[in-house]
Amino acid sequence: MKLTIQVNEGPYQHQASDSAYWFTKTALEKGHEIFRVFFYHDGVNNGTRLTTPPQDDRNIVKRWSELGEQHSLDLVVCVAAAQRRGVVDEGEAKRNGKDATNIAPGFRISGLGQLVEGAIQSDRLVVFGD
Amino acid sequence: MSETKKFMYVNRKAPYGTIYAWESLEVVLIGAAFEQDVSVAFIDDGVFQLTKDQDTKEAGMKNFSPTYSALGDYEIKKIYVEKESLEERGLSLDDLQHLTWEDEDEDYAEKDLIQLVTRAEMADILAGQDVLFNF
Repeated sequence: MKLTIQVNEGPYQHQASDSAYWFTKTALEKGHEIFRVFFYHDGVNNGTRLTTPPQDDRNIVKRWSELGEQHSLDLVVCVAAAQRRGVVDEGEAKRNGKDATNIAPGFRISGLGQLVEGAIQSDRLVVFGD
Repeated sequence: MSETKKFMYVNRKAPYGTIYAWESLEVVLIGAAFEQDVSVAFIDDGVFQLTKDQDTKEAGMKNFSPTYSALGDYEIKKIYVEKESLEERGLSLDDLQHLTWEDEDEDYAEKDLIQLVTRAEMADILAGQDVLFNF
Protein backbone atom coordinates (compact mmCIF):
# COMPACT_ATOMS: atom_id res chain seq x y z
CA MET A 1 0.00 0.00 0.00
CA LYS A 2 1.17 3.52 -0.75
CA LEU A 3 1.04 5.80 2.29
CA THR A 4 1.51 9.46 3.12
CA ILE A 5 2.24 10.19 6.77
CA GLN A 6 1.29 13.47 8.42
CA VAL A 7 2.97 14.44 11.71
CA ASN A 8 1.17 17.25 13.54
CA GLU A 9 3.02 17.45 16.86
CA GLY A 10 6.49 18.40 18.00
CA PRO A 11 9.03 15.90 19.35
CA TYR A 12 9.21 14.97 23.07
CA GLN A 13 6.17 17.10 23.99
CA HIS A 14 3.85 14.59 22.39
CA GLN A 15 4.01 10.92 21.47
CA ALA A 16 2.66 11.55 17.96
CA SER A 17 6.11 11.86 16.43
CA ASP A 18 7.32 8.62 18.08
CA SER A 19 4.19 6.79 16.92
CA ALA A 20 4.57 8.15 13.41
CA TYR A 21 8.21 7.05 13.35
CA TRP A 22 7.47 3.49 14.48
CA PHE A 23 4.50 3.25 12.14
CA THR A 24 6.58 4.44 9.19
CA LYS A 25 9.49 2.13 10.02
CA THR A 26 7.21 -0.88 10.43
CA ALA A 27 5.23 -0.10 7.28
CA LEU A 28 8.50 -0.03 5.31
CA GLU A 29 9.62 -3.33 6.86
CA LYS A 30 6.30 -4.88 5.85
CA GLY A 31 6.90 -3.83 2.26
CA HIS A 32 4.63 -0.80 2.05
CA GLU A 33 5.63 2.31 0.16
CA ILE A 34 5.92 5.66 1.95
CA PHE A 35 5.15 8.32 -0.63
CA ARG A 36 5.95 11.18 1.73
CA VAL A 37 6.17 12.18 5.39
CA PHE A 38 4.72 15.65 5.88
CA PHE A 39 5.42 17.64 9.04
CA TYR A 40 2.79 20.24 9.92
CA HIS A 41 1.82 22.44 12.90
CA ASP A 42 4.44 21.95 15.68
CA GLY A 43 5.46 18.82 13.80
CA VAL A 44 7.92 21.00 11.88
CA ASN A 45 10.07 20.96 15.03
CA ASN A 46 10.94 17.35 14.19
CA GLY A 47 13.13 18.81 11.45
CA THR A 48 15.63 20.97 13.35
CA ARG A 49 19.16 19.58 13.57
CA LEU A 50 19.85 21.74 16.66
CA THR A 51 17.85 19.35 18.83
CA THR A 52 20.06 17.99 21.62
CA PRO A 53 18.22 15.53 23.86
CA PRO A 54 19.94 13.97 26.92
CA GLN A 55 22.26 11.14 25.89
CA ASP A 56 20.18 8.43 27.53
CA ASP A 57 17.07 9.41 25.55
CA ARG A 58 16.14 8.76 21.91
CA ASN A 59 17.16 11.38 19.37
CA ILE A 60 13.89 11.84 17.49
CA VAL A 61 15.25 14.15 14.82
CA LYS A 62 18.30 12.02 14.09
CA ARG A 63 16.08 8.96 13.98
CA TRP A 64 13.94 10.52 11.21
CA SER A 65 17.05 11.61 9.31
CA GLU A 66 18.51 8.08 9.47
CA LEU A 67 15.27 6.39 8.45
CA GLY A 68 14.99 8.92 5.64
CA GLU A 69 18.47 8.14 4.39
CA GLN A 70 17.99 4.37 4.60
CA HIS A 71 14.78 4.42 2.58
CA SER A 72 15.20 7.61 0.51
CA LEU A 73 12.14 9.05 2.25
CA ASP A 74 10.70 12.40 1.22
CA LEU A 75 10.63 14.23 4.57
CA VAL A 76 8.80 17.51 3.97
CA VAL A 77 8.44 20.35 6.46
CA CYS A 78 5.58 22.77 5.72
CA VAL A 79 6.98 26.17 4.80
CA ALA A 80 4.24 28.29 6.36
CA ALA A 81 4.33 26.36 9.63
CA ALA A 82 8.15 26.35 9.57
CA GLN A 83 8.37 30.13 9.10
CA ARG A 84 6.17 30.68 12.15
CA ARG A 85 8.31 28.37 14.27
CA GLY A 86 11.79 29.19 13.02
CA VAL A 87 12.71 26.09 11.06
CA VAL A 88 14.95 27.40 8.30
CA ASP A 89 16.90 26.05 5.31
CA GLU A 90 19.27 28.02 3.10
CA GLY A 91 16.63 29.21 0.68
CA GLU A 92 14.35 30.38 3.47
CA ALA A 93 17.24 32.07 5.30
CA LYS A 94 18.05 34.05 2.18
CA ARG A 95 14.44 34.91 1.40
CA ASN A 96 13.68 36.10 4.91
CA GLY A 97 17.02 37.65 5.81
CA LYS A 98 17.91 35.16 8.56
CA ASP A 99 21.49 34.62 9.71
CA ALA A 100 21.28 30.87 10.30
CA THR A 101 19.75 27.61 9.15
CA ASN A 102 18.68 24.64 11.24
CA ILE A 103 17.02 22.16 8.91
CA ALA A 104 18.06 18.59 9.71
CA PRO A 105 19.70 16.31 7.12
CA GLY A 106 17.25 14.61 4.79
CA PHE A 107 14.43 17.10 5.42
CA ARG A 108 13.26 19.69 2.93
CA ILE A 109 10.97 22.69 3.27
CA SER A 110 8.06 22.96 0.86
CA GLY A 111 4.44 24.02 0.57
CA LEU A 112 1.13 22.61 1.76
CA GLY A 113 0.47 21.46 -1.78
CA GLN A 114 2.86 18.61 -1.00
CA LEU A 115 0.46 17.37 1.68
CA VAL A 116 -2.55 17.59 -0.62
CA GLU A 117 -0.64 15.88 -3.43
CA GLY A 118 0.39 13.14 -0.98
CA ALA A 119 -3.26 12.56 -0.07
CA ILE A 120 -4.22 12.34 -3.75
CA GLN A 121 -1.35 10.05 -4.77
CA SER A 122 -1.47 7.66 -1.81
CA ASP A 123 -3.88 4.90 -0.89
CA ARG A 124 -4.06 6.25 2.65
CA LEU A 125 -3.20 9.46 4.48
CA VAL A 126 -2.24 8.51 8.04
CA VAL A 127 -2.32 11.41 10.52
CA PHE A 128 -0.51 11.49 13.87
CA GLY A 129 -1.47 14.11 16.44
CA ASP A 130 -4.30 15.36 18.61
CA MET B 1 -3.33 14.15 -11.44
CA SER B 2 -6.66 13.41 -13.04
CA GLU B 3 -8.04 11.31 -10.22
CA THR B 4 -10.67 13.04 -8.10
CA LYS B 5 -11.07 12.03 -4.49
CA LYS B 6 -13.61 12.94 -1.87
CA PHE B 7 -11.64 15.16 0.48
CA MET B 8 -12.98 16.20 3.85
CA TYR B 9 -11.37 18.60 6.27
CA VAL B 10 -12.59 17.85 9.79
CA ASN B 11 -12.28 20.68 12.30
CA ARG B 12 -12.68 19.68 15.93
CA LYS B 13 -11.03 22.46 17.96
CA ALA B 14 -11.86 25.98 19.12
CA PRO B 15 -10.24 28.70 17.01
CA TYR B 16 -7.67 30.46 19.20
CA GLY B 17 -6.61 28.17 22.07
CA THR B 18 -4.42 26.26 19.60
CA ILE B 19 -3.30 26.97 16.06
CA TYR B 20 -4.96 23.91 14.50
CA ALA B 21 -8.01 25.81 13.25
CA TRP B 22 -6.02 28.52 11.47
CA GLU B 23 -3.51 26.11 9.95
CA SER B 24 -6.36 23.83 8.88
CA LEU B 25 -7.92 26.74 7.02
CA GLU B 26 -4.59 27.27 5.25
CA VAL B 27 -4.67 23.68 3.99
CA VAL B 28 -8.27 24.12 2.78
CA LEU B 29 -7.32 27.23 0.80
CA ILE B 30 -4.20 25.66 -0.75
CA GLY B 31 -6.01 22.37 -1.37
CA ALA B 32 -8.70 24.16 -3.38
CA ALA B 33 -6.23 24.47 -6.26
CA PHE B 34 -6.13 20.67 -6.62
CA GLU B 35 -9.72 20.38 -7.86
CA GLN B 36 -10.86 17.55 -5.61
CA ASP B 37 -14.39 16.95 -4.33
CA VAL B 38 -13.95 18.98 -1.16
CA SER B 39 -16.12 19.36 1.91
CA VAL B 40 -15.41 20.83 5.32
CA ALA B 41 -16.86 19.58 8.60
CA PHE B 42 -17.12 21.27 11.98
CA ILE B 43 -17.70 19.10 15.03
CA ASP B 44 -17.11 19.31 18.80
CA ASP B 45 -15.44 22.63 19.76
CA GLY B 46 -14.72 23.12 16.06
CA VAL B 47 -18.18 24.71 15.71
CA PHE B 48 -16.81 27.77 17.56
CA GLN B 49 -14.62 28.47 14.52
CA LEU B 50 -17.67 29.61 12.54
CA THR B 51 -19.24 31.86 15.18
CA LYS B 52 -19.91 35.41 14.02
CA ASP B 53 -18.65 38.67 15.56
CA GLN B 54 -15.37 37.19 16.75
CA ASP B 55 -13.19 39.81 18.43
CA THR B 56 -9.62 38.85 19.21
CA LYS B 57 -8.31 42.32 20.02
CA GLU B 58 -7.95 41.67 23.75
CA ALA B 59 -6.15 38.39 23.08
CA GLY B 60 -3.68 40.13 20.78
CA MET B 61 -4.21 37.49 18.10
CA LYS B 62 -5.15 37.73 14.45
CA ASN B 63 -8.88 37.32 13.85
CA PHE B 64 -8.92 34.92 10.92
CA SER B 65 -12.68 34.29 11.00
CA PRO B 66 -13.42 36.60 8.01
CA THR B 67 -11.50 34.11 5.86
CA TYR B 68 -14.32 31.55 6.19
CA SER B 69 -16.55 33.81 4.11
CA ALA B 70 -14.10 33.36 1.21
CA LEU B 71 -14.52 29.57 1.13
CA GLY B 72 -17.39 29.82 -1.36
CA ASP B 73 -15.07 31.65 -3.78
CA TYR B 74 -12.64 28.76 -3.44
CA GLU B 75 -15.20 26.41 -4.98
CA ILE B 76 -16.11 24.88 -1.65
CA LYS B 77 -19.79 24.06 -1.77
CA LYS B 78 -20.27 21.82 1.23
CA ILE B 79 -19.75 22.77 4.86
CA TYR B 80 -21.26 20.39 7.38
CA VAL B 81 -21.90 21.54 10.95
CA GLU B 82 -22.92 18.95 13.51
CA LYS B 83 -26.21 19.85 15.16
CA GLU B 84 -25.51 18.15 18.49
CA SER B 85 -22.12 19.87 18.80
CA LEU B 86 -23.83 23.24 18.43
CA GLU B 87 -26.57 22.38 20.93
CA GLU B 88 -24.17 21.00 23.53
CA ARG B 89 -22.44 24.38 23.49
CA GLY B 90 -25.62 26.45 23.69
CA LEU B 91 -25.24 27.57 20.09
CA SER B 92 -27.59 27.57 17.12
CA LEU B 93 -27.23 28.27 13.41
CA ASP B 94 -28.01 31.95 14.14
CA ASP B 95 -24.76 32.25 16.10
CA LEU B 96 -22.72 31.27 13.04
CA GLN B 97 -21.60 33.37 10.10
CA HIS B 98 -23.93 33.22 7.13
CA LEU B 99 -21.73 31.63 4.49
CA THR B 100 -22.75 31.32 0.85
CA TRP B 101 -21.51 30.13 -2.52
CA GLU B 102 -22.62 31.10 -6.01
CA ASP B 103 -23.97 28.30 -8.21
CA GLU B 104 -22.77 29.08 -11.72
CA ASP B 105 -25.10 26.40 -13.12
CA GLU B 106 -28.07 28.35 -11.80
CA ASP B 107 -27.17 31.85 -12.95
CA TYR B 108 -24.90 32.39 -9.96
CA ALA B 109 -27.70 31.95 -7.46
CA GLU B 110 -26.45 32.49 -3.94
CA LYS B 111 -26.79 29.32 -1.89
CA ASP B 112 -26.22 28.52 1.76
CA LEU B 113 -22.86 26.89 2.35
CA ILE B 114 -23.56 25.54 5.81
CA GLN B 115 -25.60 22.37 6.13
CA LEU B 116 -26.71 21.38 9.59
CA VAL B 117 -26.46 17.59 10.01
CA THR B 118 -27.09 15.25 12.91
CA ARG B 119 -24.33 13.23 14.54
CA ALA B 120 -25.63 10.08 12.84
CA GLU B 121 -25.68 11.82 9.45
CA MET B 122 -22.17 13.13 10.06
CA ALA B 123 -20.98 9.59 10.73
CA ASP B 124 -22.34 8.50 7.35
CA ILE B 125 -20.77 11.50 5.61
CA LEU B 126 -17.38 10.75 7.22
CA ALA B 127 -17.64 7.10 6.20
CA GLY B 128 -18.21 8.14 2.58
CA GLN B 129 -14.95 10.06 2.20
CA ASP B 130 -11.72 8.96 0.51
CA VAL B 131 -9.44 11.26 2.50
CA LEU B 132 -9.96 12.80 5.94
CA PHE B 133 -7.78 15.71 7.00
CA ASN B 134 -8.23 15.80 10.72
CA PHE B 135 -7.54 19.02 12.62
